[in-house]
Amino acid sequence: MNPVGLQDYLVVSVLLFSLGLVGVIIRRNVLVIYMSLELMLNAANLALVAFSRFNDNLDGQVIVFFIITVAASEVAVGLALIVALYRRRQTTHVEDLTTMKL
Amino acid sequence: MNQLFFYVFAVLTLLCGALVIANPISRSPVTSAMFLVLTIVSMAGLFVLLHAFFLAAVQVLVYAGAVMVLFLFVIMLLDLKEEEQRRIKASAAALGVLAVGLIAVVMILTVHRSRLGLSLENSLVEGSTIALGRDLFTRFALPFEIISLVLLVAMIGTVLLSRKDLR
Repeated sequence: MNPVGLQDYLVVSVLLFSLGLVGVIIRRNVLVIYMSLELMLNAANLALVAFSRFNDNLDGQVIVFFIITVAASEVAVGLALIVALYRRRQTTHVEDLTTMKL
Repeated sequence: MNQLFFYVFAVLTLLCGALVIANPISRSPVTSAMFLVLTIVSMAGLFVLLHAFFLAAVQVLVYAGAVMVLFLFVIMLLDLKEEEQRRIKASAAALGVLAVGLIAVVMILTVHRSRLGLSLENSLVEGSTIALGRDLFTRFALPFEIISLVLLVAMIGTVLLSRKDLR
């Protein structure tokens, strides 16, 4: 078995990102789409931490720290939006939200 | 040993990630959220393997703790029983998976073709929490303060958005 290198971590990150993207495309529930977005953010975090480790530079970890903070606030605001949307429309299904469609 | 743990955590992360987006047994958002917790925890394992101990702890505390509690709270708040019934359109799903698969192939090829240097011998990142803290409060002091402003704005925004008489 080869030692685990940067490329292996990046492949895991790519696969996780793709999973998140598939989730955003095929799922129709806003909450699940939101979770898939979190998955994609996490994939980016993994790539950054791997780069930071294998390039011997801490900047990647600092950026991940900021990303986690921003993601937390983004989740709070997004979920508040979803709750407001649900109060208005009684749905979290994206195909029911077509007011702005031409 | 490290390799074994890497493969265990990587497979666990990807498996649980797949179960977040498409669970054959249950379509309920609650199961998705639970598998997202598992994904995040196994990812914290990968962070530990990368010697990012502080970030692993933050990952578990902030994501698996705070963010997922928020998700579950909102799922509980919204009554989603009839949402589970809807089917995913098969043709659209197949096209989406195909497109994303192509993107993934391109990215993996890029990773394999590029010569990525790896220097694990002289580890400055070793025992990184102290160094990370020092970086945060010296070189990244301004972004650090701006982040606190972002959190404040997010907090105010959340409170405003969840008012009852929002219009």
